[in-house]
Amino acid sequence: MWLIRAWMEEEIEWSESLGKILYACTNCNNCVQSCKFPFNDEIVNIITATREEVVANGLVMPKVARFFRNIEAYGNPYREPRENRGRWAEGMGIEPYQGQEFLFYVGCVGSFDEKGQRAAKALGELLTKAGVSFGILGSREECDGNEVNMLGESRIFQMLREKNSQLFKDAGVKKIITLSPHAYNVFRKEYPGGLEVFHYTRILADLIKEGKLKPTSKLNRRVSYHDPCFLGRHAGEYEAPRQILAAIPGVELVEMERNRENSFCCGGGSANFYTDFFGGGENSPSRIRVREAGKSGASVLAVACPTCAVMLGEAIKDEGIEEKLVIKDIAEILGEPVSHQ
Amino acid sequence: MKEEFLSRLAEIVGADYVSDRPEELYLYSRDPGAQKPRRADGVVMPGTVDEVQQIVRLANREKIAITPMGAGLTLSALTVPLKGGIVLDMKRLDRIIEVNQASRYAVIEAGVTQAALRAYLEKHHPGLQHSTPESPPTATIVGNILIHGHGHLTPRYGVNSQMVNGMEVVLPTGELCRLGSCSVSPKWFSRDPLPDLMGLFLGWLGTTGIVTKLSIQLFPKPAFRDLLLFSSDSVELIPEIIAELSQINLLENCFIITQEKPRWAQHIFYIIVVSGQSKEEFETKKELHNRIFQKYPDKILPVTEEPALTPLRERFLGVPPFAATAADFRKGGGFEYTGAILPIEVIPQAWRSGIEIAHKYDLLYQLGIQLLPNGHSVMLAYSYPFNRAVAEEAGRARGALDETNRLTLELGGIVWKPELPAQKLILEKMDANTRQLMDRIKKTLDPNDIMNPGNWEVT
Ligand SMILES: Cc1cc2nc3c(=O)[nH]c(=O)nc-3n(C[C@H](O)[C@H](O)[C@H](O)COP(=O)(O)OP(=O)(O)OC[C@H]3O[C@@H](n4cnc5c(N)ncnc54)[C@H](O)[C@@H]3O)c2cc1C
Ligand code: SF4
Repeated sequence: MWLIRAWMEEEIEWSESLGKILYACTNCNNCVQSCKFPFNDEIVNIITATREEVVANGLVMPKVARFFRNIEAYGNPYREPRENRGRWAEGMGIEPYQGQEFLFYVGCVGSFDEKGQRAAKALGELLTKAGVSFGILGSREECDGNEVNMLGESRIFQMLREKNSQLFKDAGVKKIITLSPHAYNVFRKEYPGGLEVFHYTRILADLIKEGKLKPTSKLNRRVSYHDPCFLGRHAGEYEAPRQILAAIPGVELVEMERNRENSFCCGGGSANFYTDFFGGGENSPSRIRVREAGKSGASVLAVACPTCAVMLGEAIKDEGIEEKLVIKDIAEILGEPVSHQ
Repeated sequence: MKEEFLSRLAEIVGADYVSDRPEELYLYSRDPGAQKPRRADGVVMPGTVDEVQQIVRLANREKIAITPMGAGLTLSALTVPLKGGIVLDMKRLDRIIEVNQASRYAVIEAGVTQAALRAYLEKHHPGLQHSTPESPPTATIVGNILIHGHGHLTPRYGVNSQMVNGMEVVLPTGELCRLGSCSVSPKWFSRDPLPDLMGLFLGWLGTTGIVTKLSIQLFPKPAFRDLLLFSSDSVELIPEIIAELSQINLLENCFIITQEKPRWAQHIFYIIVVSGQSKEEFETKKELHNRIFQKYPDKILPVTEEPALTPLRERFLGVPPFAATAADFRKGGGFEYTGAILPIEVIPQAWRSGIEIAHKYDLLYQLGIQLLPNGHSVMLAYSYPFNRAVAEEAGRARGALDETNRLTLELGGIVWKPELPAQKLILEKMDANTRQLMDRIKKTLDPNDIMNPGNWEVT
């Protein structure tokens, strides 16, 4: 906050290292949650507002500018052609959205990143198996804009919000299941009302409770669960993912030192999964987090966010602990014992 | 700062832990208090004791000043260099090395924070606690002890610096030295009966060496704990009440406060923290304390109603108490208090003059006494919140602090954790031979005058 003020008051100049500090904030909301002062809610808003100022002054860091350009031009940060967006679902028998009860909104990471795709596929299979009426937008899907919004690019964000809202309206979407907690966040908080938005972990937990998904075979694994910031601190959902894991026979759930409200961010928020202002060094959040998971004695680190899967997946490689710890999305973990249903 | 010096530092600690980038220096060149910024030329964060030693040796060769820093939260700008040079930020030395359950002490590194030790004890030794100051949780234990800080157990067990069993110190010339029982034994359990060398580092504001490890005493955590709250308008009565409290000497903590805003707080409030291991002990202590206050039915009343009851309980019941809930912090986040360590008999005058000074500088008054061990003295904090964005307001706060510090010394008290102008006032008043002794000690330990120079500067 002091630095933001100093920059505004022209006591310090804009520089690459100031930019790194500003963009390294992942919007994890830990400060908002922990700060005892009445202005706690404003901390992250102040960071976003400062980033808006950076955009307005034409000072955006090259990596961030590239992220914006790609989203604007391709609807995703990876410069992947739009028509490839639904490819992950090919051969799975998942229908395009045409008025089913739920839209399964997959998001950029779930659509294009290999780890995200695995989670998307696993979730698609589970929803199909449980007889949920759902469809996907495929090549019609567009970035949800959560990161763009947090990075202060309000023009592109407004464009995405209008485009998506119109698309949802035209297609008659009333209920959305999101793979990513980031999309869950932005749809609930920044999009026009009238949409019922669910994170997939709530849907799966309910399907298990209703007996529509029955994890039968035994997994025999020690699993720790990493609370994603946008599902936990931003949305207050700590139970559904744990209920799913608890329902799987043979899963021993072990908590990491920092969990729930106190969970430690994977370092991927505010597009850091793409821009990576932490640089993947020994003290980068994702590496600290997987070391913490290792200490818990777990052999599987369960995630409920494709961004976390990407960040933590890279971190186990950098730490050289791939043999000891695997990162898996909860949908993938549940997929195994349910496949024998 | 010379490029070459910084690259030598980078060779010692790694490039990630040295900086002279303007953004970082901006932060290390100021603190949250009312003092004006002063320039730091660089910052270095050692990760091991050996790195600390190497840095000190290098700084000696190059005659570059070192300012040791924990969290930099004294509000008196004691970690903002007075003569440039590097800030030695100790936060990476953050290991809790040992907790001895039987002899009740913890050996910690210099960067261990109040919150880290509390959390560690709660998890691994739930029956033990350390004396915790009201400062933000990121404050370091070592930084607090080195300024003779006070915690929630101070009235009962001593000023926090009296709770030190031993230290490991890098001397200003780079040698590593152990003090207390750990200099003879593997156990860090006692400060006595050796010559007390700890005094060479306590209260010296980082001018005589760098503490790298420290053993702090731990205390049993009581099963029962509550507040007794009373209000009064008689300033004159305060010394008498303190004498009565010392007579039974059973309290855990005691504050006496007043503040101008909100309006309900414009009385004198006694906050007595009572604790006990058994219900019986706890109830007896409460009863004995209640009896003291019941002796003054015309002058003291129990606080049983709003608007005072809830805010006082919310502020003082926790460990540590939470100053910010009741303090009328000004918009803009500036805040500095000066702590006067006072003999009991001058309290009424110190109290009244404090209110006058605040008004003279057009600031809101906010006074808070914490009883010091056994009620032999008190720390009276005069707080001056100000809007950091308004330079003129910060200037008024500095004026009020200076006048308050002069008052403290006139009354025979001592200014605690003194910012530079207050250090000068103290040295002016100090016995000349004592001043010379301080100077000789500093020159002997630190021949190149590299340790936080400008502080406690006699010549
Ligand atoms: C809201 C608020 C409430 C507070 N309440 C209290 C309270 O109740 N009780 C209390 O005692 N204090 C209180 N303080 C004052 C202060 O914050 C604390 O005393 C704090 O613990 C100081 O620790 P620090 O890590 O910030 O020390 P620093 O400011 O970093 O250091 C203090 C001094 O020690 C030196 N130093 C630090 N580390 C080393 C080292 N390793 N070797 C050699 N020298 C070193 C520094 O150069 C400096 O001179 C309060 C402050 C605030 C802002
Ligand atoms: S990274 Fe998290 S804790 Fe840090 S400023 Fe951003 S939201 Fe707050």
